[in-house]
Amino acid sequence: MEIAVVDYKGGNVQSVLFALERLGVQATLTADHEVLRRADKVLFPGEGEAASAMQELRAQGLHEVLPTLTQPFLGICLGMQLLGQHTQEGGGTDMLGILPFDVVRFPALPEYKVPHMGWNNLQTLNSPLFEGLSAEDYVYFVHSYYAPVGEYTIAEAAYPAPFSAAVQHENFYAVQFHTEKSGPVGTRILENFLKL
Amino acid sequence: MLTKRIIPCLDIKDGRTVKGVQFEGLRDAGDPVALAARYAREGADELVFLDITATNQKRATLIALVRDVARELDIPFTVGGGIGSVADVEALLLNGADKVSINSAALARPELIDELAARFGSQCIVVAADARFNAADGWQVYTRAGTHNTGRDAVQWCREAADRGAGEILLTSMSNDGTKDGFALDITGAVSRAVTIPVIASGGAGSKQDFTNVFQQAQADAGLAASIFHFGEIGIRELKEHLRQDGIPVRL
Repeated sequence: MEIAVVDYKGGNVQSVLFALERLGVQATLTADHEVLRRADKVLFPGEGEAASAMQELRAQGLHEVLPTLTQPFLGICLGMQLLGQHTQEGGGTDMLGILPFDVVRFPALPEYKVPHMGWNNLQTLNSPLFEGLSAEDYVYFVHSYYAPVGEYTIAEAAYPAPFSAAVQHENFYAVQFHTEKSGPVGTRILENFLKL
Repeated sequence: MLTKRIIPCLDIKDGRTVKGVQFEGLRDAGDPVALAARYAREGADELVFLDITATNQKRATLIALVRDVARELDIPFTVGGGIGSVADVEALLLNGADKVSINSAALARPELIDELAARFGSQCIVVAADARFNAADGWQVYTRAGTHNTGRDAVQWCREAADRGAGEILLTSMSNDGTKDGFALDITGAVSRAVTIPVIASGGAGSKQDFTNVFQQAQADAGLAASIFHFGEIGIRELKEHLRQDGIPVRL
Protein backbone atom coordinates (compact mmCIF):
# COMPACT_ATOMS: atom_id res chain seq x y z
CA MET A 1 0.00 0.00 0.00
CA GLU A 2 1.36 3.42 -1.03
CA ILE A 3 0.79 6.08 1.61
CA ALA A 4 1.57 9.71 0.78
CA VAL A 5 1.85 12.53 3.30
CA VAL A 6 1.44 15.96 1.73
CA ASP A 7 4.63 18.01 2.10
CA TYR A 8 3.88 21.74 2.17
CA LYS A 9 5.98 22.79 5.18
CA GLY A 10 2.77 22.43 7.16
CA GLY A 11 4.18 21.87 10.64
CA ASN A 12 5.15 18.74 12.49
CA VAL A 13 4.66 16.15 9.76
CA GLN A 14 7.34 14.12 11.52
CA SER A 15 4.80 13.13 14.20
CA VAL A 16 2.48 11.73 11.53
CA LEU A 17 5.34 9.84 9.88
CA PHE A 18 6.38 8.38 13.25
CA ALA A 19 2.77 7.38 14.03
CA LEU A 20 2.56 5.54 10.71
CA GLU A 21 5.95 3.96 11.39
CA ARG A 22 4.64 2.65 14.74
CA LEU A 23 1.86 0.96 12.72
CA GLY A 24 4.50 -0.62 10.50
CA VAL A 25 3.56 1.58 7.55
CA GLN A 26 6.18 3.27 5.39
CA ALA A 27 4.89 6.60 4.07
CA THR A 28 6.30 9.02 1.50
CA LEU A 29 6.50 12.71 2.34
CA THR A 30 5.89 14.42 -0.99
CA ALA A 31 4.55 17.43 -2.88
CA ASP A 32 4.86 15.62 -6.22
CA HIS A 33 1.49 15.76 -7.99
CA GLU A 34 1.88 12.37 -9.66
CA VAL A 35 2.95 10.58 -6.47
CA LEU A 36 -0.06 12.07 -4.69
CA ARG A 37 -2.47 11.01 -7.47
CA ARG A 38 -1.03 7.48 -7.51
CA ALA A 39 -1.05 6.84 -3.75
CA ASP A 40 -3.58 4.48 -2.17
CA LYS A 41 -4.09 6.85 0.76
CA VAL A 42 -3.18 10.51 1.31
CA LEU A 43 -2.64 12.17 4.68
CA PHE A 44 -2.73 15.95 4.96
CA PRO A 45 -1.42 17.06 8.37
CA GLY A 46 -1.12 20.67 9.33
CA GLU A 47 -0.22 23.03 12.07
CA GLY A 48 0.29 26.74 12.21
CA GLU A 49 -1.40 29.54 10.39
CA ALA A 50 -3.91 29.16 7.56
CA ALA A 51 -2.86 32.07 5.32
CA SER A 52 0.80 31.01 5.09
CA ALA A 53 -0.27 27.38 4.60
CA MET A 54 -2.52 28.38 1.66
CA GLN A 55 0.32 30.44 0.21
CA GLU A 56 2.61 27.41 0.26
CA LEU A 57 -0.09 25.13 -1.22
CA ARG A 58 -0.64 27.60 -4.07
CA ALA A 59 3.11 27.98 -4.65
CA GLN A 60 3.32 24.22 -5.21
CA GLY A 61 0.12 23.94 -7.27
CA LEU A 62 -1.37 21.71 -4.58
CA HIS A 63 -4.50 23.88 -4.29
CA GLU A 64 -5.48 22.50 -7.71
CA VAL A 65 -4.35 18.90 -7.18
CA LEU A 66 -5.75 18.11 -3.73
CA PRO A 67 -9.45 18.77 -4.59
CA THR A 68 -9.18 16.35 -7.55
CA LEU A 69 -7.87 13.39 -5.54
CA THR A 70 -10.16 10.36 -5.43
CA GLN A 71 -8.49 7.96 -2.94
CA PRO A 72 -9.22 8.03 0.83
CA PHE A 73 -7.80 11.31 2.13
CA LEU A 74 -7.30 12.32 5.77
CA GLY A 75 -6.86 15.95 6.82
CA ILE A 76 -5.50 16.50 10.33
CA CYS A 77 -5.90 19.68 12.44
CA LEU A 78 -5.08 22.64 10.16
CA GLY A 79 -5.26 20.05 7.37
CA MET A 80 -8.95 19.74 8.19
CA GLN A 81 -9.63 23.48 8.37
CA LEU A 82 -7.92 24.06 5.00
CA LEU A 83 -10.56 21.85 3.34
CA GLY A 84 -13.21 24.49 4.12
CA GLN A 85 -14.22 27.57 2.14
CA HIS A 86 -12.94 30.46 4.22
CA THR A 87 -11.34 31.14 7.61
CA GLN A 88 -11.32 34.20 9.86
CA GLU A 89 -7.63 33.50 10.54
CA GLY A 90 -5.04 35.89 9.09
CA GLY A 91 -7.61 38.65 8.60
CA GLY A 92 -9.70 36.36 6.38
CA THR A 93 -8.32 33.70 4.05
CA ASP A 94 -9.91 31.70 1.22
CA MET A 95 -9.09 28.00 1.41
CA LEU A 96 -9.40 24.82 -0.68
CA GLY A 97 -13.22 24.76 -0.74
CA ILE A 98 -13.58 20.97 -0.76
CA LEU A 99 -16.13 21.09 2.10
CA PRO A 100 -18.79 23.76 2.56
CA PHE A 101 -17.84 25.07 6.04
CA ASP A 102 -16.36 28.40 7.10
CA VAL A 103 -13.80 28.36 9.93
CA VAL A 104 -14.32 30.80 12.82
CA ARG A 105 -12.47 31.68 16.02
CA PHE A 106 -13.58 30.42 19.43
CA PRO A 107 -15.17 33.26 21.40
CA ALA A 108 -13.27 34.44 24.48
CA LEU A 109 -15.39 33.15 27.36
CA PRO A 110 -14.46 33.07 31.03
CA GLU A 111 -13.17 29.57 31.92
CA TYR A 112 -12.83 28.60 28.25
CA LYS A 113 -9.27 29.45 27.31
CA VAL A 114 -8.23 29.83 23.68
CA PRO A 115 -6.56 27.79 22.19
CA HIS A 116 -8.80 24.83 23.01
CA MET A 117 -5.87 22.72 24.17
CA GLY A 118 -5.90 19.24 25.61
CA TRP A 119 -7.93 16.02 25.68
CA ASN A 120 -11.63 16.18 24.89
CA ASN A 121 -14.12 13.39 24.17
CA LEU A 122 -15.79 12.67 20.84
CA GLN A 123 -19.58 12.59 20.56
CA THR A 124 -22.14 11.50 17.97
CA LEU A 125 -19.61 9.33 16.17
CA ASN A 126 -20.88 8.55 12.72
CA SER A 127 -18.24 7.02 10.45
CA PRO A 128 -16.21 3.85 9.89
CA LEU A 129 -13.29 6.10 10.91
CA PHE A 130 -14.49 5.70 14.52
CA GLU A 131 -15.15 1.95 14.47
CA GLY A 132 -14.61 0.57 17.97
CA LEU A 133 -14.73 3.97 19.72
CA SER A 134 -17.29 5.56 22.03
CA ALA A 135 -18.07 8.89 23.70
CA GLU A 136 -15.80 7.75 26.56
CA ASP A 137 -12.77 8.06 24.31
CA TYR A 138 -10.56 11.15 24.41
CA VAL A 139 -8.39 12.71 21.73
CA TYR A 140 -5.91 15.60 21.77
CA PHE A 141 -6.90 19.01 20.40
CA VAL A 142 -4.89 22.22 19.93
CA HIS A 143 -6.69 24.91 17.97
CA SER A 144 -8.09 28.43 18.22
CA TYR A 145 -10.41 28.22 15.20
CA TYR A 146 -13.10 25.65 14.47
CA ALA A 147 -15.57 24.41 11.87
CA PRO A 148 -19.21 24.59 13.00
CA VAL A 149 -21.40 21.50 13.03
CA GLY A 150 -23.08 20.76 9.68
CA GLU A 151 -24.33 17.86 7.56
CA TYR A 152 -20.65 17.04 6.80
CA THR A 153 -19.90 16.48 10.54
CA ILE A 154 -19.03 12.88 11.47
CA ALA A 155 -17.97 13.55 15.08
CA GLU A 156 -18.56 16.41 17.49
CA ALA A 157 -16.75 17.74 20.52
CA ALA A 158 -17.91 20.52 22.85
CA TYR A 159 -16.08 23.66 24.02
CA PRO A 160 -18.53 24.63 25.44
CA ALA A 161 -20.76 24.56 22.34
CA PRO A 162 -20.54 21.62 19.93
CA PHE A 163 -18.18 21.97 16.95
CA SER A 164 -16.93 19.64 14.20
CA ALA A 165 -14.30 17.29 15.59
CA ALA A 166 -14.34 15.41 12.28
CA VAL A 167 -15.88 15.95 8.86
CA GLN A 168 -16.34 14.00 5.64
CA HIS A 169 -17.30 14.61 2.04
CA GLU A 170 -16.98 11.62 -0.31
CA ASN A 171 -13.35 10.41 -0.07
CA PHE A 172 -12.25 13.44 1.98
CA TYR A 173 -12.12 12.67 5.70
CA ALA A 174 -10.66 15.09 8.21
CA VAL A 175 -10.19 15.39 11.96
CA GLN A 176 -9.64 18.56 13.99
CA PHE A 177 -7.70 16.71 16.68
CA HIS A 178 -4.18 15.30 16.44
CA THR A 179 -4.96 11.65 15.83
CA GLU A 180 -1.20 10.95 15.58
CA LYS A 181 -0.82 12.22 19.18
CA SER A 182 -3.97 10.80 20.77
CA GLY A 183 -2.57 7.64 22.33
CA PRO A 184 -4.23 4.27 21.57
CA VAL A 185 -7.50 5.98 20.55
CA GLY A 186 -5.71 8.03 17.90
CA THR A 187 -3.85 4.96 16.72
CA ARG A 188 -7.16 3.12 16.28
CA ILE A 189 -8.50 5.98 14.14
CA LEU A 190 -5.38 5.88 11.94
CA GLU A 191 -5.78 2.10 11.58
CA ASN A 192 -9.44 2.55 10.67
CA PHE A 193 -8.46 5.11 8.03
CA LEU A 194 -5.86 2.81 6.52
CA LYS A 195 -8.58 0.15 6.17
CA LEU A 196 -10.98 2.41 4.23
CA MET B 1 -15.58 17.86 28.10
CA LEU B 2 -12.07 19.26 28.05
CA THR B 3 -10.04 17.57 30.79
CA LYS B 4 -7.37 18.88 33.14
CA ARG B 5 -3.95 17.67 32.06
CA ILE B 6 -1.30 15.85 34.09
CA ILE B 7 2.17 16.49 32.73
CA PRO B 8 5.32 14.73 33.90
CA CYS B 9 8.38 16.88 33.29
CA LEU B 10 11.63 15.30 32.19
CA ASP B 11 14.50 17.57 33.16
CA ILE B 12 17.41 16.52 30.98
CA LYS B 13 21.09 16.89 31.70
CA ASP B 14 23.68 15.14 29.56
CA GLY B 15 20.99 12.90 28.05
CA ARG B 16 19.62 11.66 31.41
CA THR B 17 16.56 12.67 33.41
CA VAL B 18 17.34 14.56 36.57
CA LYS B 19 15.38 16.52 39.12
CA GLY B 20 16.90 18.98 41.48
CA VAL B 21 15.61 20.47 44.69
CA GLN B 22 15.20 24.17 43.92
CA PHE B 23 17.45 23.64 40.88
CA GLU B 24 20.45 22.46 42.91
CA GLY B 25 21.78 19.06 43.95
CA LEU B 26 20.69 17.17 40.82
CA ARG B 27 19.87 13.46 41.12
CA ASP B 28 19.84 10.94 38.30
CA ALA B 29 16.33 9.55 37.68
CA GLY B 30 16.63 7.58 34.49
CA ASP B 31 16.60 7.23 30.76
CA PRO B 32 14.31 9.83 29.14
CA VAL B 33 13.06 7.64 26.29
CA ALA B 34 12.13 4.80 28.67
CA LEU B 35 10.46 7.26 31.04
CA ALA B 36 8.56 8.94 28.21
CA ALA B 37 7.16 5.61 27.02
CA ARG B 38 6.25 4.57 30.56
CA TYR B 39 4.37 7.81 31.21
CA ALA B 40 2.46 7.55 27.93
CA ARG B 41 1.33 4.02 28.88
CA GLU B 42 0.32 5.10 32.39
CA GLY B 43 -1.94 7.86 31.09
CA ALA B 44 0.14 11.03 31.11
CA ASP B 45 -1.64 13.66 29.02
CA GLU B 46 1.49 15.34 27.76
CA LEU B 47 5.20 15.49 28.51
CA VAL B 48 7.56 18.38 28.95
CA PHE B 49 11.17 17.78 28.15
CA LEU B 50 13.50 20.49 29.46
CA ASP B 51 17.20 20.55 28.69
CA ILE B 52 18.18 22.31 31.89
CA THR B 53 21.83 22.60 30.99
CA ALA B 54 21.22 24.26 27.65
CA THR B 55 20.93 27.87 28.74
CA ASN B 56 23.81 27.96 31.16
CA GLN B 57 26.23 26.15 28.94
CA LYS B 58 24.98 27.64 25.66
CA ARG B 59 24.54 24.10 24.37
CA ALA B 60 22.18 23.27 21.54
CA THR B 61 19.13 21.26 22.62
CA LEU B 62 19.53 17.55 22.10
CA ILE B 63 17.89 17.07 18.72
CA ALA B 64 18.72 13.36 18.54
CA LEU B 65 17.08 12.70 21.89
CA VAL B 66 13.99 14.67 20.83
CA ARG B 67 13.76 12.48 17.77
CA ASP B 68 14.05 9.29 19.80
CA VAL B 69 11.31 10.46 22.17
CA ALA B 70 9.07 11.48 19.26
CA ARG B 71 9.52 8.13 17.60
CA GLU B 72 8.39 6.34 20.77
CA LEU B 73 5.66 8.67 22.03
CA ASP B 74 2.00 8.80 20.96
CA ILE B 75 1.09 11.77 23.17
CA PRO B 76 2.15 15.41 22.70
CA PHE B 77 5.37 16.76 24.11
CA THR B 78 7.00 20.13 24.61
CA VAL B 79 10.72 20.78 24.40
CA GLY B 80 12.50 23.62 26.16
CA GLY B 81 15.94 24.73 27.25
CA GLY B 82 18.24 27.15 25.50
CA ILE B 83 15.85 27.96 22.66
CA GLY B 84 16.76 31.38 21.31
CA SER B 85 15.85 31.63 17.64
CA VAL B 86 13.37 30.78 14.91
CA ALA B 87 15.94 28.29 13.57
CA ASP B 88 16.14 26.50 16.96
CA VAL B 89 12.37 26.11 17.02
CA GLU B 90 12.18 24.92 13.44
CA ALA B 91 14.78 22.21 14.09
CA LEU B 92 12.87 20.91 17.14
CA LEU B 93 9.49 20.89 15.41
CA LEU B 94 10.95 19.18 12.34
CA ASN B 95 12.30 16.43 14.56
CA GLY B 96 8.96 15.70 16.16
CA ALA B 97 8.45 18.13 19.04
CA ASP B 98 4.83 19.31 19.23
CA LYS B 99 5.53 22.53 21.11
CA VAL B 100 8.55 24.48 22.26
CA SER B 101 8.98 26.30 25.51
CA ILE B 102 10.97 29.52 25.61
CA ASN B 103 12.11 31.31 28.73
CA SER B 104 15.30 33.39 29.04
CA ALA B 105 15.42 34.31 25.34
CA ALA B 106 11.87 35.68 25.48
CA LEU B 107 12.72 37.83 28.47
CA ALA B 108 15.89 39.09 26.80
CA ARG B 109 14.01 39.93 23.61
CA PRO B 110 10.21 39.69 23.95
CA GLU B 111 9.70 40.20 20.18
CA LEU B 112 10.91 36.60 19.78
CA ILE B 113 7.44 35.49 20.95
CA ASP B 114 5.76 37.51 18.17
CA GLU B 115 8.16 36.11 15.57
CA LEU B 116 7.67 32.50 16.64
CA ALA B 117 3.88 32.81 16.83
CA ALA B 118 3.76 34.37 13.36
CA ARG B 119 6.02 31.71 11.88
CA PHE B 120 4.75 28.54 13.59
CA GLY B 121 1.40 29.51 15.13
CA SER B 122 0.62 30.26 18.76
CA GLN B 123 -0.44 26.68 19.43
CA CYS B 124 3.16 25.46 19.63
CA ILE B 125 4.69 28.37 21.54
CA VAL B 126 4.83 27.89 25.31
CA VAL B 127 6.31 30.69 27.37
CA ALA B 128 7.87 29.36 30.57
CA ALA B 129 8.13 31.77 33.48
CA ASP B 130 10.09 30.95 36.64
CA ALA B 131 8.70 33.07 39.46
CA ARG B 132 9.96 33.57 43.00
CA PHE B 133 8.28 35.42 45.84
CA ASN B 134 9.87 37.99 48.08
CA ALA B 135 8.05 40.15 50.58
CA ALA B 136 9.33 43.45 49.17
CA ASP B 137 8.56 42.96 45.47
CA GLY B 138 6.02 40.11 45.35
CA TRP B 139 6.31 37.49 42.59
CA GLN B 140 9.13 38.27 40.15
CA VAL B 141 10.46 36.43 37.11
CA TYR B 142 13.89 34.79 37.12
CA THR B 143 15.98 33.51 34.21
CA ARG B 144 19.09 31.42 33.50
CA ALA B 145 17.81 28.38 35.40
CA GLY B 146 16.73 30.56 38.27
CA THR B 147 19.97 32.42 38.87
CA HIS B 148 19.03 35.89 37.62
CA ASN B 149 16.21 38.18 38.80
CA THR B 150 14.76 40.12 35.86
CA GLY B 151 12.89 42.47 38.18
CA ARG B 152 9.74 41.87 36.15
CA ASP B 153 6.39 41.24 37.81
CA ALA B 154 5.25 37.68 37.05
CA VAL B 155 1.61 38.49 36.25
CA GLN B 156 2.55 41.40 33.99
CA TRP B 157 5.11 39.32 32.13
CA CYS B 158 2.70 36.43 31.55
CA ARG B 159 0.09 38.87 30.27
CA GLU B 160 2.63 40.41 27.88
CA ALA B 161 3.68 36.95 26.65
CA ALA B 162 0.03 36.08 25.95
CA ASP B 163 -0.55 39.39 24.15
CA ARG B 164 2.52 38.74 21.98
CA GLY B 165 1.14 35.39 20.84
CA ALA B 166 2.15 32.70 23.32
CA GLY B 167 -0.24 29.73 23.18
CA GLU B 168 0.32 28.60 26.75
CA ILE B 169 2.09 29.66 29.96
CA LEU B 170 4.22 27.23 31.96
CA LEU B 171 4.42 28.90 35.36
CA THR B 172 6.97 27.49 37.80
CA SER B 173 7.10 28.72 41.35
CA MET B 174 10.75 28.53 42.34
CA SER B 175 9.70 29.25 45.89
CA ASN B 176 7.77 25.95 45.89
CA ASP B 177 9.87 23.88 43.48
CA GLY B 178 11.24 20.74 45.12
CA THR B 179 9.53 21.43 48.46
CA LYS B 180 6.56 19.03 47.93
CA ASP B 181 4.46 21.48 49.96
CA GLY B 182 2.00 22.08 47.13
CA PHE B 183 1.71 24.41 44.16
CA ALA B 184 1.81 28.20 44.60
CA LEU B 185 -1.94 28.75 44.49
CA ASP B 186 -1.86 32.55 44.74
CA ILE B 187 0.42 33.31 41.78
CA THR B 188 -1.03 30.47 39.68
CA GLY B 189 -4.55 31.80 40.22
CA ALA B 190 -3.46 35.38 39.54
CA VAL B 191 -1.79 34.42 36.23
CA SER B 192 -4.67 32.15 35.20
CA ARG B 193 -7.14 34.98 35.71
CA ALA B 194 -4.89 37.50 33.92
CA VAL B 195 -4.56 35.60 30.63
CA THR B 196 -7.01 33.88 28.27
CA ILE B 197 -4.55 31.11 27.26
CA PRO B 198 -4.00 27.86 29.19
CA VAL B 199 -1.73 27.87 32.24
CA ILE B 200 0.37 24.92 33.38
CA ALA B 201 1.14 25.02 37.11
CA SER B 202 4.56 23.76 38.14
CA GLY B 203 6.65 23.57 41.28
CA GLY B 204 5.80 22.06 44.64
CA ALA B 205 3.59 19.05 43.88
CA GLY B 206 3.93 16.51 46.68
CA SER B 207 0.50 14.89 46.99
CA LYS B 208 -2.61 14.08 44.98
CA GLN B 209 -4.51 16.71 46.95
CA ASP B 210 -2.02 19.35 45.72
CA PHE B 211 -3.30 18.76 42.18
CA THR B 212 -6.94 18.98 43.29
CA ASN B 213 -6.13 22.28 44.97
CA VAL B 214 -4.37 23.83 41.97
CA PHE B 215 -7.25 22.89 39.66
CA GLN B 216 -10.05 23.91 42.01
CA GLN B 217 -8.51 26.92 43.74
CA ALA B 218 -6.12 28.35 41.13
CA GLN B 219 -7.94 27.51 37.87
CA ALA B 220 -4.84 25.84 36.39
CA ASP B 221 -5.43 24.00 33.11
CA ALA B 222 -2.65 21.51 33.70
CA GLY B 223 -0.40 20.38 36.55
CA LEU B 224 3.25 19.53 36.00
CA ALA B 225 5.60 17.59 38.24
CA ALA B 226 8.81 15.61 38.00
CA SER B 227 10.26 13.83 41.01
CA ILE B 228 6.99 12.48 42.45
CA PHE B 229 6.46 10.69 39.15
CA HIS B 230 10.07 9.71 38.42
CA PHE B 231 10.55 8.05 41.79
CA GLY B 232 7.13 6.38 41.70
CA GLU B 233 5.78 8.24 44.74
CA ILE B 234 2.49 8.94 42.97
CA GLY B 235 1.21 6.89 40.01
CA ILE B 236 -0.43 8.86 37.23
CA ARG B 237 -3.47 6.60 37.15
CA GLU B 238 -4.08 6.77 40.90
CA LEU B 239 -3.65 10.55 40.74
CA LYS B 240 -6.27 10.81 38.01
CA GLU B 241 -8.68 8.53 39.90
CA HIS B 242 -8.30 10.80 42.91
CA LEU B 243 -9.01 13.87 40.76
CA ARG B 244 -12.09 12.26 39.23
CA GLN B 245 -13.43 11.48 42.72
CA ASP B 246 -12.95 15.16 43.52
CA GLY B 247 -15.12 16.06 40.52
CA ILE B 248 -12.28 17.22 38.26
CA PRO B 249 -12.59 16.13 34.61
CA VAL B 250 -9.67 13.88 33.63
CA ARG B 251 -8.91 11.40 30.87
CA LEU B 252 -8.83 7.89 32.32
